[in-house]
Amino acid sequence: MTELEAGGAGTLAPVRSGAAPGRYRDILIALIAFAVLASLPLFTGSKALLDFVIRCSAYGLFATSLNLLVGYTGLTSFGHGMFFGLGAYSFGLIMQKLGVPIPVAFVATLAITAVIAAVIGAICVRLKEIYFAFVTLAFQMLIHSTILSWASFTGGDQGLRGGIPRPSFLGINLANHVHLYIASCALLILGLLAMRQIAQSPFGFTLRMIRDNAARASFLGIDVWRAKLTVFVLAALFASMGGMVMALFVSGAYPEFAYWTISGEGIFINMLGGVSTFLGPMVGTVLLLLLNDTVTRFTEYHGIVLGIVILFFALGLRKGLLDFVAEWFSQRRDAGKGH
Amino acid sequence: MDLDALAGCLSSSACLVTQTTSGLIIGMLLFLVAVGLTLIFGVLKVVNFSHGAFYMFGAYFAMTAYQLTGSFALAMLAGAAGTAALGLIFERVFMSRVYGADVLMQLLVCYAFVLIFDDVVRIIWGPEFKSMGMPAAFQVMPLFIAGGVVPPYYLLLIGVALVAAVVLGAGLSRTRIGKVIRAAAHNPGMVSALGINTGLIYGGVFALGGMLAGLAGALAAPVRSLTPGMGFSVLIESFIVTVIGGMGSILGALIGALLLGLIRSYGSLGFPLFTEGLMYLFMVIVLVSKPTGLFGKEAA
Repeated sequence: MTELEAGGAGTLAPVRSGAAPGRYRDILIALIAFAVLASLPLFTGSKALLDFVIRCSAYGLFATSLNLLVGYTGLTSFGHGMFFGLGAYSFGLIMQKLGVPIPVAFVATLAITAVIAAVIGAICVRLKEIYFAFVTLAFQMLIHSTILSWASFTGGDQGLRGGIPRPSFLGINLANHVHLYIASCALLILGLLAMRQIAQSPFGFTLRMIRDNAARASFLGIDVWRAKLTVFVLAALFASMGGMVMALFVSGAYPEFAYWTISGEGIFINMLGGVSTFLGPMVGTVLLLLLNDTVTRFTEYHGIVLGIVILFFALGLRKGLLDFVAEWFSQRRDAGKGH
Repeated sequence: MDLDALAGCLSSSACLVTQTTSGLIIGMLLFLVAVGLTLIFGVLKVVNFSHGAFYMFGAYFAMTAYQLTGSFALAMLAGAAGTAALGLIFERVFMSRVYGADVLMQLLVCYAFVLIFDDVVRIIWGPEFKSMGMPAAFQVMPLFIAGGVVPPYYLLLIGVALVAAVVLGAGLSRTRIGKVIRAAAHNPGMVSALGINTGLIYGGVFALGGMLAGLAGALAAPVRSLTPGMGFSVLIESFIVTVIGGMGSILGALIGALLLGLIRSYGSLGFPLFTEGLMYLFMVIVLVSKPTGLFGKEAA
């Protein structure tokens, strides 16, 4: 990945000609990653480990989709978590109230998310930086308040209780822990692969240009508003997928899924892992969940520990972990060329 | 929804007075927090995400000082002075390192301190709800205005906040220090070239902002319960205030805070479950129609 980016940094042309082999390589990596993850239950019976990977899938989809906005387009959304919550709630409600097969509920939830994201995005994306951040935050809190106050429909502050029915389909039984695990991994890998394709497509490079210089992109005939809205909706879809994985995992949906702290965590994950590489948010997700799990085990004051770790990244490294590693490697390579 | 209750209240003068005063004190407390936020943003161009922690510390400092000395005035002083010192240290040691950096970096540093401060309070004062209690001087008969009940303490609270607003507004527009601060907000490089220590101004403005939030916390301590994390809802609401009023505008913060206070107090009658939602809805409406807020200037 870094090779591709380093090679394409000078001119745009090599990137376009290198796009097709890059795609095959991405698919190959995705297949290998899926094979490794899917074979994990063969080696270990540890339920805790599988649970960890499922949570990583949910948060990883969410955080990587946020990176499409923050890292690739320069849209700092503070309310991206609303789509995580929206995914969890729509999926849960459709399954509970309508009793349709899981794939139908999945597609229906994506459709609902797309419509709501298009409406919210149409209002938000024309606003500038800090105002964009705040209006997305306001929409997130509006959705959160709606969930809390519409108790007869959403269960209010108790959340969606009573479990989400998980009927089998095509021989896949998501009530079975290993089936759920493999389905989560598949969704994660497919989602990451799709987002990678978006990021490396001409559209993805348009987004980078908008991030670096929106005025220039506009002069070149790009409809900036439309491109931003498109990526806003696309990112919402993947966040919603993450929410659905979460809803399946906990067999319910809770107002916390739509609370602003989810967005805060998403941003934190991005900063932790790094926003300049595609897999940075994934690394950040694993780091944050590991950190949360270990710290809560050792001390009740995990805020202090987490805060100090954040300070270390923000004031010490001044960038995400994967950014730091990538930079270190490229510096070493440059030093090697010098000799 | 309970629109009958709202209509019933609007037709009774007693209820109007009670709801309006309760809206005013919510608004005034919010104003004190929000004006610090907007001041820090206006001069330092930093969104102080940890501002709610200063409100929380102000309340806890005041409670401890009140328990030790029994003096209400000293409690207020402790709340304000303690948070001012904290603000100065926080700005000089940590925030000043991320001025040039990404907005996200600044937010992360603040986010880290939100987590740390909440735990510090939990360690020092314990996780349970605390209450300072109403000082004896204010345990007198409430005033009756047009049939509505108004505790005298509320009048003090509103008065202090109004004085703060006037002093701040006049100080910024009339005094020499005010001029320097406004100049530093406009062009820090030039101010520094004129031989003025901008680091000192930044630290001072941050301390002032922290002090105002601390004062709000100290004033709120007798009428609110104290808990770690109490700064959080206040922070979110004062964000809404600054965004509605316009970032960097003191008048905007005052108007925005009062509007929000009234929305809260009347909204809790008409829409008891959707009061918070009303505030966000109001913010969305303002921002969609005027993205820079009611009194905000176009970004340069």
